[in-house]
Amino acid sequence: MSTIDPRSPILSARGVRHSFGQTEALRGIDLDVHAGEVLAVMGPSGSGKSTLLHCLAGVLVPTGGSVTYSPSAGKSPVEISSLGEPKRTRLRLTDFGFVFQFGQLLPELSAVDNVSIPMLLGGTKRSEAMRRSADMLDRLGLDGLGAKLPGELSGGQAQRVAVARALVTSPAVLFADEPTGSLDSLGSENVLTIMLELVREFGTTVVMITHDARTAAYADREVIVRDGVTGAGYRVST
Amino acid sequence: MNNTLTLLGLLSKEPSYGYDLKHSYDRYFGTQKALAFGQVYSTLARMVRDELIRALGEETGGGPDRKKYEVTPSGKARVRQWLFTPDVPSEALQSELFAKTVVALLIDDDADRLLDVQRSEHMARMRELTRLKKDADLLQVLMCDHGLFHIEADLRWIDLTMARLTQLKKELQSA
Repeated sequence: MSTIDPRSPILSARGVRHSFGQTEALRGIDLDVHAGEVLAVMGPSGSGKSTLLHCLAGVLVPTGGSVTYSPSAGKSPVEISSLGEPKRTRLRLTDFGFVFQFGQLLPELSAVDNVSIPMLLGGTKRSEAMRRSADMLDRLGLDGLGAKLPGELSGGQAQRVAVARALVTSPAVLFADEPTGSLDSLGSENVLTIMLELVREFGTTVVMITHDARTAAYADREVIVRDGVTGAGYRVST
Repeated sequence: MNNTLTLLGLLSKEPSYGYDLKHSYDRYFGTQKALAFGQVYSTLARMVRDELIRALGEETGGGPDRKKYEVTPSGKARVRQWLFTPDVPSEALQSELFAKTVVALLIDDDADRLLDVQRSEHMARMRELTRLKKDADLLQVLMCDHGLFHIEADLRWIDLTMARLTQLKKELQSA
């Protein structure tokens, strides 16, 4: 059960702009992501949604504006956009998890080894990392498959390994970029259902990019990015 | 599709005779089935009674088709209320949404906004159906999926239409 106040923003973007050369990908984004919520970021191809996710996660430093991360009560807010690369790398390792469209598992490592990577990078002892990785694979319905190489798994199973790797460090925020974009409808539903069950149990905040409305419907709310600005300001009262 | 509000929307563009209004309706929305003159005049009479429109005067010797009508402030407000009130997703909605979009473009109102409002309503319904699937039996899941895929098709139409609004407006204005 999460103790995070669901009303407080864990991530705040203010006036975020980002350019790639002459191309302006983000043109002044204001966005609050609330602690414990699942937020879908939608928009057409090239609208800037992946750039926004990278700025929120500290992968990119925006060329303008700020991104503030407020972990939880008792910890000071951090302006991610003003941190240097080593501190952002550390923050991504300790506080954030990532899932991508194609799981980006290391093909020569077993499922359990893949899941253990972020813990080993963070200094966890190997025996402890392996135990927790095996537990997380069990939680994702992959018990008995820990020794398999990614190439020996189905697309849905491999994506669940990627989810296990992202969640095994108990991140405060999970960033998912088209997490089921490579799967068929049923595979996508299975991965989303189990991923969201776990994040809701853990109280993890999720920022999920998707162009697929059925995927976005698993979220608590959605924002639309069009031409580098957020455009879904119209909330319908029911 | 709500013919009364669609006619009121068309009339918001400029004052018009019933005859011209009927042809305007048929051009945009009557490709499958043209509107009967009788329906146009009875609708105009109801709208006059409800003070949504008023007659601008009657030309001598004329029947009902000799009257020119204009929308009252109350009629204009009713059109805007219609445009920006999202509807419950259903099979009949697409024609209504199509009519709203065309009318908004014709009267130079915010078609982007009405599509966004409707998009939001569609997403809310999709979230509701997705929640219903949790802990449901397989038959209920199939029913929810049926609804979800239909709403998704509407959303794809909304997205594509939004991407084409500038072009659509040019075509409508040059028609």
